[in-house]
Amino acid sequence: MTRHSDMSVRNRSKEFPLIRTRKLGRLYRTGEQVVTALKDVSFDINEGEFVAIMGPSGSGKSTLMNLLGTLDLPTSGDYFLDGENVADIAADELADLRNRTIGFVFQQFNLLPRMRALAQVTLPLTYARRRSGNLKEKARKQLALVGLEDRADHLPSQLSGGQQQRVAIARALINSPKLILADEPTGALDTATSKDLMRLFQRLNGAGITIILVTHDAEIAAYAQRKIVFRDGRIVTNKNQRNSRLLKVS
Amino acid sequence: MRLLDTILLAISALRMNFLRSILTTLGIIIGVASVILMVAVAEGARSEVEKRISSLGSNLLQLRPGSNRIRGRSVGADSRLPFSEGDVSDIRKKVPSVTAISGHFRRNGTIVYRNTDWLTNIDGVHSEYLQVRDWAVEIGRFFGEREYQAGAKVAVIGTTVARELFDDENSIGISMRIGDTPFEIIGVLEHKGATPSGRDQDDVILVPLSTLRSRLVKRHKLVPDQVGYVSVKIDETEDLSEAKEDIEFILRKRRGIKNSKSDNFYVRDVSAYQFAKTETQQTFSFLLAATAIISLIVGGIGIMNIMLVSVTERTREIGLRMAVGARRSDIRTQFLVEAVVLCLIGGIIGTVLGIGGAMAIALGANWPVLISPEVLALALAAAALTGISFGFFPAQRAARLNPIEALRSE
Repeated sequence: MTRHSDMSVRNRSKEFPLIRTRKLGRLYRTGEQVVTALKDVSFDINEGEFVAIMGPSGSGKSTLMNLLGTLDLPTSGDYFLDGENVADIAADELADLRNRTIGFVFQQFNLLPRMRALAQVTLPLTYARRRSGNLKEKARKQLALVGLEDRADHLPSQLSGGQQQRVAIARALINSPKLILADEPTGALDTATSKDLMRLFQRLNGAGITIILVTHDAEIAAYAQRKIVFRDGRIVTNKNQRNSRLLKVS
Repeated sequence: MRLLDTILLAISALRMNFLRSILTTLGIIIGVASVILMVAVAEGARSEVEKRISSLGSNLLQLRPGSNRIRGRSVGADSRLPFSEGDVSDIRKKVPSVTAISGHFRRNGTIVYRNTDWLTNIDGVHSEYLQVRDWAVEIGRFFGEREYQAGAKVAVIGTTVARELFDDENSIGISMRIGDTPFEIIGVLEHKGATPSGRDQDDVILVPLSTLRSRLVKRHKLVPDQVGYVSVKIDETEDLSEAKEDIEFILRKRRGIKNSKSDNFYVRDVSAYQFAKTETQQTFSFLLAATAIISLIVGGIGIMNIMLVSVTERTREIGLRMAVGARRSDIRTQFLVEAVVLCLIGGIIGTVLGIGGAMAIALGANWPVLISPEVLALALAAAALTGISFGFFPAQRAARLNPIEALRSE
């Protein structure tokens, strides 16, 4: 984290959370129609939190995740990531910011079909502006962390769904990000595998990584400390869960 | 992303669709191969022509009796007034830029040594003939001006004659007969080889033209003092066309041609051939370049087409790469490098095929070919440029994808 030392100092002095949204809104224009996907969304998420975002389909969860991941920009309001307003950051710097700060985990894993597991994990490193050490060694360690050290030379088609998602998580972790954004990570997995995966997320969170998880499954959401519920593009609930499974584990 | 990584990535992406990659680059392969082949053949022919011209001498003027303007029309031998010894000595004396001059009168004759005989060309020439032809004596010497004036019965033989008649043994000082006349061999010429048309230039005997006239030709067949064709070598630092005008002036005067009348002789400048040659060559080069450009455009369109397909197929991959931190320029570079690598592979295969084809022509058809490294470099550079130009649009399209939509695509 030394590379962000200047930024962390600033954050601490202002006591900024890792994520702050203020009156965040996103409109979609399709021809004559204007669809409000997100409206007046304001919340903070501190470093080290484990937050579940819930809501029925069309409630704006995915739109929010795209905004939080800086893959999309809001049409109104502000989003501060790590103390900086995303709207003020140029596209290339945003790409670098994603590379350093955010790890993505998708429902469909999004592994490249003809790439071996080790190379999948290395991928974000190849876009890192600063290189450190042996890429393959780093990737191997990361695979070991998710329990796949003996699957390094496997193609996605040779791995089970749970294993593929672990490779994707190793890929998300390779640049030691502060934030993991997981969009329905268990959506394509069975119950037992889902539970394993959630335990992995808890372990990562225990190591200090902030995790934001989109799910419509209350069982899965129960692993988080906090639950933010969306409906029609607005927040309807935002509260800590006292009986979080996380607390039981730790 | 480092360039090396990008290149390796491009190669692995192309290998995944190996057959498709090869088929796509076929246009480039064929284009590059055909251009290299054509250039090799054209260059080979050109260097052959150049060799022939420089063997004649580039600062050489050739004098021919007859009219330049009625060339091609059948003209009786009698109407052509031949050049004489007087013409030769006048030009030699009055034109200072002349470094050497020689008449050249050829007849066939059988030479006899002991009980061997050999039918060969007997060339009557002046003592400066070797300078005119850029030729030299290997063993012995050439005849001098005094021997020429005296009509000495001396001969200098070509290497073919030396081999056939004397088995390459020392023949200097030996006496042999041309027809009935005994000649002393005073020298053996350097090996010259065959002309491009295949005539053996070493199958020859050089004797003084004066001796040839008096001893070897029946009187009634020859105008007295006739010297045949005349070749004049001009100092390389002097102006060739000026020398040509001087010579024409002298000859007109000697032949009594009035200003209004046209010449009954002509002076040919070998560089005039050269000029004509460069003109056809320019036309040919232009056609070659046009062929090359058209085939590269056709090949390039194929590349563009397949790159667009590739971008569409890998939309999701592009989205993912953007999510994990690829800049738009990284994506653009990735696809651009892929197109360039594809074209370069095509260029390399095409180059190899082109060289192979040229060699096959050289060996099989015994055709002169010349492959210059510049052409190879140019071919590869053109292939790479094709990759950049036709890969840019697909690469730009990939770089402009919306990451969210890209990630959502199937």
